[in-house]
Amino acid sequence: MENELKFHYMVHTSLDVVDEKISAMGKALVDQRELYLGLLYPTEDYKVYGYVTNSKVKFVMVVDSSNTALRDNEIRSMFRKLHNSYTDVMCNPFYNPGDRIQSRVFDNMVTSMMIQVC
Amino acid sequence: MEGLTLSDAEQKYYSDLFSYCDIESTKKVVVNGRVLELFRAAQLPNDVVLQIMELCGATRLGYFGRSQFYIALKLVAVAQSGFPLRVESINTVKDLPLPRFVASKNEQESRHAASYSSDSENQGSYSGVIPPPPGRGQVKKGSISHDTVQPRASADQQEPASPIVSPQQSPPTSPHTWRKHNRHSSGGNSERPLAGPGPFWSPFGEAQSGSSAGDAVWSGHSPPPPQENWVSFADTPPTSSLLTMHPASVQDQTTVRTVASATTANEIRRQSSSYDDPWKITDEQRQYYINQFKTIQPDLNGFIPGSAAKEFFTKSKLPILELSHIWELSDFDKDGALTLDEFCAAFHLVVARKNGYDLPEKLPESLMPKLIDLEDAADVGDQPGEVGYSGSPAEAPPSKSPSMPSLNQTWPELNQSSEQWETFSERSSSSQTLTQFDSNIAPADPDTAIVHPVPIRMTPSKIHMQEMELKRTSSDHTNPTSPLLVKPSDLSEENKINSAVKFASGNTVADGYSSSDSFTSDPEQIGSNVTRQRSHSGTSPDNTAPPPPPPRPQPSHSRSSSLDMNRTFTVTTGQQQAGVVAQPPAVPPRPQPSQASGPVVHRPVDADGLMTHTSTSPQQIPEQPNFADFSQFEVLAASNVNEEQDNEAEKHAEVLPSKGTAPLAPPPKPVRRRLKSEDELRPDVDEHTQKTGVLAAVLASQPSIPRSVGKDKKAIQASIRRNKETNTVLARLNSELQQQLKDVLEERISLEVQLEQLRPFSHL
Repeated sequence: MENELKFHYMVHTSLDVVDEKISAMGKALVDQRELYLGLLYPTEDYKVYGYVTNSKVKFVMVVDSSNTALRDNEIRSMFRKLHNSYTDVMCNPFYNPGDRIQSRVFDNMVTSMMIQVC
Repeated sequence: MEGLTLSDAEQKYYSDLFSYCDIESTKKVVVNGRVLELFRAAQLPNDVVLQIMELCGATRLGYFGRSQFYIALKLVAVAQSGFPLRVESINTVKDLPLPRFVASKNEQESRHAASYSSDSENQGSYSGVIPPPPGRGQVKKGSISHDTVQPRASADQQEPASPIVSPQQSPPTSPHTWRKHNRHSSGGNSERPLAGPGPFWSPFGEAQSGSSAGDAVWSGHSPPPPQENWVSFADTPPTSSLLTMHPASVQDQTTVRTVASATTANEIRRQSSSYDDPWKITDEQRQYYINQFKTIQPDLNGFIPGSAAKEFFTKSKLPILELSHIWELSDFDKDGALTLDEFCAAFHLVVARKNGYDLPEKLPESLMPKLIDLEDAADVGDQPGEVGYSGSPAEAPPSKSPSMPSLNQTWPELNQSSEQWETFSERSSSSQTLTQFDSNIAPADPDTAIVHPVPIRMTPSKIHMQEMELKRTSSDHTNPTSPLLVKPSDLSEENKINSAVKFASGNTVADGYSSSDSFTSDPEQIGSNVTRQRSHSGTSPDNTAPPPPPPRPQPSHSRSSSLDMNRTFTVTTGQQQAGVVAQPPAVPPRPQPSQASGPVVHRPVDADGLMTHTSTSPQQIPEQPNFADFSQFEVLAASNVNEEQDNEAEKHAEVLPSKGTAPLAPPPKPVRRRLKSEDELRPDVDEHTQKTGVLAAVLASQPSIPRSVGKDKKAIQASIRRNKETNTVLARLNSELQQQLKDVLEERISLEVQLEQLRPFSHL
């Protein structure tokens, strides 16, 4: 389980990078392309990608560096799907924002995405 | 034996039973045989019966006197309601339903019971004959009753209460009624099955058939129940089981239904139709749902907002997680609101869950909203679940309203032909589903998403640059009005500069384009105050007046990228002063007013500028390891600069050679910088000790661009080209450095390992 901790740590540190990118953008342009932040930073084993929504909800994706077949467009589409599923979860009145997401639909989507990539 | 208090109904009932058992009409003692038969009909386990008999004292006495009999009956009722058998429970249990006895030959009793129940029945219109309704007791609202005995009387007694509760409890209660019941017999009273729909059902006379065949699922029962109730006593037949919608629940129950409106025909019809789909919603159920919908939202074409729906369904006391799942299943178009159909589906699922049925992973076909008017309605027959999800989003809320009216109109028809499902469009690509959201959030359209930031920035910077050019030419060089001034106050500049800086640092995001931004900023700095945030542009600033920050000292264009490079690539500066370093962009040479002094001044300025630059760059461009080094160089350069202040020329010469080999990591801006005259002023070059000789070489190779004020476009294009080249060079450099970094890290790790190994020895 130390891997989990490591990932948590990585995601946490990447939040700083995300913030940097957001603030650096300056102009409050709100369009899709600015939502996708791209590669935040590479480490020796992993690559970290970021995406931020208009409501400042951040998605961080950690990808194994050895997975070279993963193209930028694919990452974008994955983020888009994540975004869609996230909005669906938000629509559920029984979901309190900030809770851990327990939606089966959401989990299925994420799992299928991960399977497809691996 | 304690005193037994009986309610009126109980009293009547018990006395009837007593007389029933009192074959010999002794009015005092009942025949044991009959009593035993009666007890057996109560469908209680034998030991319970024995317990009852013991408790009531009959075993002691050896016979059933009236009081014993009454106590026994009460105990039977207690046992049937599930309470522990205790003597004190006779009186303590409140609202005990009448004991139920399966009628084998208890017609009489049942009739009696029915009569009782009908009396107390307020709802219902029991028509005279009373087929013993199984008496679904709505004893517990919302609880999933377990089949078998249901005290009938309780149902009756509670009848009055149920309607009140129905609004809240309806879901739970209704399933309740469907419980499998073994029907019932005597006594029956109208089943009150759906407490919830109680009020609703009352018109039907309530007689709900208790014997719902077991399916807890309301839907399953749906056909049967309503209809079944209407069995007239005479018909009692038997098997009504209707319910069976649920395959598992098929039970042959003979349900005796109280007849309210004697629509026996319905029952039969219902039965036949009930077997197809466990999740089907019957008309009665649907009507009930609609009524509930109306209580929240009077307009049947409208939506129930998520918050209202949440409150409503929370009353059903299901766990939030399950309610959340139900919502996900039923909110077809994912708009956070429920239409009538969605509401019915959700309600139905809640009812089912209350009855113990697991929630499906996908919305069952019969619960799919009938999106008749929605465009792309696809056949419901297709994967309902998937289509539902995928299709619904595609429907998009807007379509909802137009569809609703038509939906309502068609609803009655649909009801009749349950198979009339609209087909949903297959477009379920998630991206499509964003139709609504995207408009709010951002176009999810992949096409639009691909827009590269680069091109956009281009424009402004270009304009900017042109502005700069104009300004430069028009204003004094000393005039710091040029937007390129790095002064923090100049926001636009700032931004550009920042971006330029970033780019300069070789930001992967930026193309050579970005470099141009930085380039523009470069000139600014030159002689200006240290505060300039320059991005390397400081190098070129030498040209302008030493102290006053020359607006754009560098004639070099705002081709920022090149500026930065230039600065960093001071390597060439020294030598290039002569114009060696070709400034890629044809930045109009900014008049270098005092070049002589410029260099001196600039140097420090540049150094500072560089420092600030580098200080900012690392922040802005975390990925650029080069900049980290760069800062070192800054210091070095600064020191160099200081030294050189005296002999600028010499220094330059010296520095240059040394620098020549160390091209600054930053983009080959320095090369650009070297605008002719500026070359000399390139003190910055000295500051940066090169990182690799590659850059220097690259820079050197670039032809200096003669200042051509009039040839902006060409200059720009040329600078773009150059920037791109430098970009690739830098990228290569970057990868090399990364490799170096890796190697260094490995070395470090190995050293650490060695250290570890050695450590133990130290302890010895």
